[in-house]
Amino acid sequence: MQALYAQLLVGLINGSFYALLSLGLAVIFGMLNIINFAHGALYMMGAFVAYFFLEYAGLGYWWSLLLAPIVIGLFGIVLERTMLHRLQGLDHLYGLLLTFGLALIIQGLFQNYFGSSGLPYAIPEQLRGGINLGFMFLPIYRGWVVIFSIIVCFATWFLIERTRLGAYLRAATENPTLVQAFGINVPRMITLTYGLGVGLAALAGVLSAPINQVRPLMGADLIIVVFAVVVIGGMGSIMGSIITGFALGVIEGLTKYFYPEASNTVVFVLMVLVLLVKPTGLTGRAN
Amino acid sequence: MTSITASTNPANNTRDESIVFIIMAVVLAIVPFTGLYPYFVMQALCFALFACAFNLLIGYGGLLSFGHAMFLGTAGYVTAHALKVWGFEPALGILLGVAASAALAVLTGLIAIRRQGIYFAMITLALSQLLYFIYLQTPFTHGEDGIQGVPQGRLFGFIDLSRPLTLYYFVLIVFLLAFLLIFRIINSPFGEILKSIRENEQRAISLGYRADQYKLMAYILSGALAGLAGSMKVLVAQNAGLTDVHWSMSGEVVLMTLLGGLGTIFGPIVGAFIIITMQQYLAQFGQWVIVMQGAIFVICVLTFRRGIVGEIAHYFKRSL
Repeated sequence: MQALYAQLLVGLINGSFYALLSLGLAVIFGMLNIINFAHGALYMMGAFVAYFFLEYAGLGYWWSLLLAPIVIGLFGIVLERTMLHRLQGLDHLYGLLLTFGLALIIQGLFQNYFGSSGLPYAIPEQLRGGINLGFMFLPIYRGWVVIFSIIVCFATWFLIERTRLGAYLRAATENPTLVQAFGINVPRMITLTYGLGVGLAALAGVLSAPINQVRPLMGADLIIVVFAVVVIGGMGSIMGSIITGFALGVIEGLTKYFYPEASNTVVFVLMVLVLLVKPTGLTGRAN
Repeated sequence: MTSITASTNPANNTRDESIVFIIMAVVLAIVPFTGLYPYFVMQALCFALFACAFNLLIGYGGLLSFGHAMFLGTAGYVTAHALKVWGFEPALGILLGVAASAALAVLTGLIAIRRQGIYFAMITLALSQLLYFIYLQTPFTHGEDGIQGVPQGRLFGFIDLSRPLTLYYFVLIVFLLAFLLIFRIINSPFGEILKSIRENEQRAISLGYRADQYKLMAYILSGALAGLAGSMKVLVAQNAGLTDVHWSMSGEVVLMTLLGGLGTIFGPIVGAFIIITMQQYLAQFGQWVIVMQGAIFVICVLTFRRGIVGEIAHYFKRSL
């Protein structure tokens, strides 16, 4: 039973990353109509920023948790201003191709300088050790990742669904021309949305650094799984992305325990099943 | 909203294409006598065919598949297994490979065609990743090692394909025939309906065409032809491995086609030759090749979306 709980925990942690990443993808898609293929690369950059802060500036984990999303968010804003915004009015697929190219550039550059092996990143002092829950041993850091991710996910949900800014955002997703006519600066909102989305990816990168090590390709395979998560959940609803992300992480964890051979493929198989039963995704609307 | 493939010149004469085709065939036929490394050209021809097959789907069906490596790799594995383990005659081995990728295209097509545009790209990518993990684990693919030392054998029992010159002309003939087939498909009534669905799906449906069936058919044809490229590639390289099923291979074929010109007839060939040449001569720079490929993606999308051949055709107001 110990092993089952351990795999459940791993599943919840992976689910946290799926949720944070698919949430960002959904928010970006809503405003920019772009599937951000560079999301995995920016997640990786988040982890590397944390590593650089520690190595070269002596700034620890907590600073990274705060600053890395801001740094990567600003980087994303530069990308949006210089490149992505030129694709407005073109076929959605160009956005996918452009961001795929960006992902190749970023991952290639990091591989040049850091190879393919992982760089270790220590767990912060305050979160070392574990608690004995009676039925299992819970490493504090892993528990922290799950709880903090849930908080961030709900904060994002609250921002978009319950605040005035979020209302503007949702309105601009539905009809940007009309919202602009009301005097709201829609292009700036688009830029900030991209910054927010990739900031979430960077945050996931920092959270993942002590668990998965810091590797140039840490986001390359992950992003494909997240795409499958997005297809399953549909990008129509914020809460849908969060719940689907966590649920699939848990299912993957359970598969690792009951049938390890299929743990790599279970998310993709579920995607096939969902497409056969409900092609628009679990929460998605027809497009 | 502009479509991903700008519609080409409606002039219906195929004279320009025929002339370019003949020039291309002649140039490729004399390659072995120019001192160019034939192995390199054969490899480029396989990728050119792969890109042409991919272009059939995106250029004329408007569907971006981000998982086309699954057809290349599947046919490669099946052909390699048939030639090496079962000792099949090469033509039969290739046929089996093509049949396998056509069957795969039917299965994945029925799933992926349910969603459009951006979702179609993500679904095909995820499906090919699913297949990648299956091939990583099944015994017949030999995991990381791949199937190595595949014998080329005797075509129809008497043409020895292990001789480089013979193999070269075999690959060239298959390539030219497949190219003519694609050309024929594009200019057939089927191709015209496909283009009309790409331009305005709702209108095509209201005219009574079953759009989904046409798209599925284009997907299957494209998958089977990509499989042919994979089988030929195994015959040339004498091995089949995981790189041919990996997502980066799917990305490469997108890049070749984009660079040459989406929806142009000769663009994918030009793109494939440029990318393969680049990989060949820049191999020593390691990951910088990946960075350059990424940069080409970005430059293509931002500055010349028609691709090299597309821009030339646009300048001379011809369709190439």
